[in-house]
Amino acid sequence: MLKSPAKILQLAVTLIACAFLLVPTLQSVLAGVTVNYFQGVKSGLTLKWIWEVWDLYAASIFLSIWLAFCCLICTLIIGVPAAYGLARNPGRMSRVLEEFISLPLAIPGLALALALLQVYGSVQGFRAHWSFILVGHVLYTLPFMVRAVLSVMAAIDLKTLEEGAASLGAPAWRRFIDIAVPNALPGVLAGSLTVVTLSIGEFNLTWMLHTPFLKTLPVGLADSYASMRLEIASAYTLVFFIMIVPLLMAMQWASARAQRILK
Amino acid sequence: MSSRTFVALCFLPLAIFTLAFLALPLVRLILASGEGEAGWGVYLEILQKPRYLSTLIQTVVISVLVTIAALAVSTTAGLFLVRNRFPGRGTLLSILTLPLAFPGVVVGFMIILLGGRQGLINQITPGHVVFAYSAFGLFLGYLYFSIPRVLLTVMAAAEKIDPALEEAALTLGASPYRIVCDVLLPALMPAMIAAGAIAFATAMGAFGTAFTLATNIDVLPMVIYTEFTLAANIAMASALSVILGLVTWAMLLIARSFAGGTVAAGG
Repeated sequence: MLKSPAKILQLAVTLIACAFLLVPTLQSVLAGVTVNYFQGVKSGLTLKWIWEVWDLYAASIFLSIWLAFCCLICTLIIGVPAAYGLARNPGRMSRVLEEFISLPLAIPGLALALALLQVYGSVQGFRAHWSFILVGHVLYTLPFMVRAVLSVMAAIDLKTLEEGAASLGAPAWRRFIDIAVPNALPGVLAGSLTVVTLSIGEFNLTWMLHTPFLKTLPVGLADSYASMRLEIASAYTLVFFIMIVPLLMAMQWASARAQRILK
Repeated sequence: MSSRTFVALCFLPLAIFTLAFLALPLVRLILASGEGEAGWGVYLEILQKPRYLSTLIQTVVISVLVTIAALAVSTTAGLFLVRNRFPGRGTLLSILTLPLAFPGVVVGFMIILLGGRQGLINQITPGHVVFAYSAFGLFLGYLYFSIPRVLLTVMAAAEKIDPALEEAALTLGASPYRIVCDVLLPALMPAMIAAGAIAFATAMGAFGTAFTLATNIDVLPMVIYTEFTLAANIAMASALSVILGLVTWAMLLIARSFAGGTVAAGG
């Protein structure tokens, strides 16, 4: 494999990039379970910091899980029918609509949050409610759900399947529930995992939309980086990794599976 | 209910949600940018006041440098991983795509663990080496979340290159260097432009990483944030957001026209 100097150089670049990404991750895992990070591992290993994180930030962890769950429900209700509609009417208008709902991917979260705040910031009951953060999360994750479902619905022969069902007398809503959705399930699964992963990790919008009583997990992380000792910040990051890494792996698996089914 | 009515009904939840929470706020943002003392002249002010102009230039320079570095690293690593099968390849690939799910603040913290006061580099080198809060630290942070995004786009394109092209070049006596320049890079160019545009747009708009690291550096998202929260200069914050949004949107349109699909922006 390592026949030429060029190959060795390529391998070196790959390994350095891996080290750059992995070393600080391992450091943070280690620091989260070390008694005193400045003295190193020889000061002993402990779960003390993890418990402290639990005492300090359990509420923000649960809020994030709750928001991710609600965000999933909302994107399913809004996104799956919309993807079906787009698949049924491929054309110029659908492209424009898809482009428009994808704007939150292109516009930085900070700008979107500013826009939301200027319209709804003065609506008191809404501004300080968790559903205000939820709106931001749905806005940001919806395009992923629509695209994941649409890519599957566009690839299967929806038209023939539906004509078959229609000739047997199935009304439009039954064809959607019994034909379109079951056939698009791999896309729905991939989209759902993406939505949950992104919602749990969302910071840019959330930081602007949150109130002191509504801190999500990443907002709590920013808080701990700014004001807590390194061990607690690391332990909290470790808790975040434990939640997000399995989700990321499941998401990549589901996306690859949806792609495979399309071929 | 006819089939057509049902399909129209399918768009109803989407229409209500996007009108209320996307279209209306964006229109409001654009209008708000012209409601300050300077009116629509606020956009002229950005170019005239040194603070805003230097922020714009600094943000673009850092983003360009990050884009070039990420393209260099990820194209090299991506080509290597596509062309070679060896034990541990899957692990390397997982490590390189791991940061995709990290919010910008976590990426910032990773750089603090490398280059902060208690950081690894400061511990293993003699003297006092702290770079996490400098422009270099910010560059490394942006590079951290750009590498996986560029890598995925480049690898997807590299897998589609016909190996026969390379073999043909080899049999015609081309050196490995010429094969890279004349065969591989031209074939990868659309993907590299797309990936570069994504990396540039993400770096321009990265708020979380800047929030953790750029305490002393004026980059666009941080200036928008301070204008809004500290200075309460809503017109200027809106105008800068509109410019930022237009730039990143244009970049992603370029990316889309060169290679379909976009990788989630974030940072």
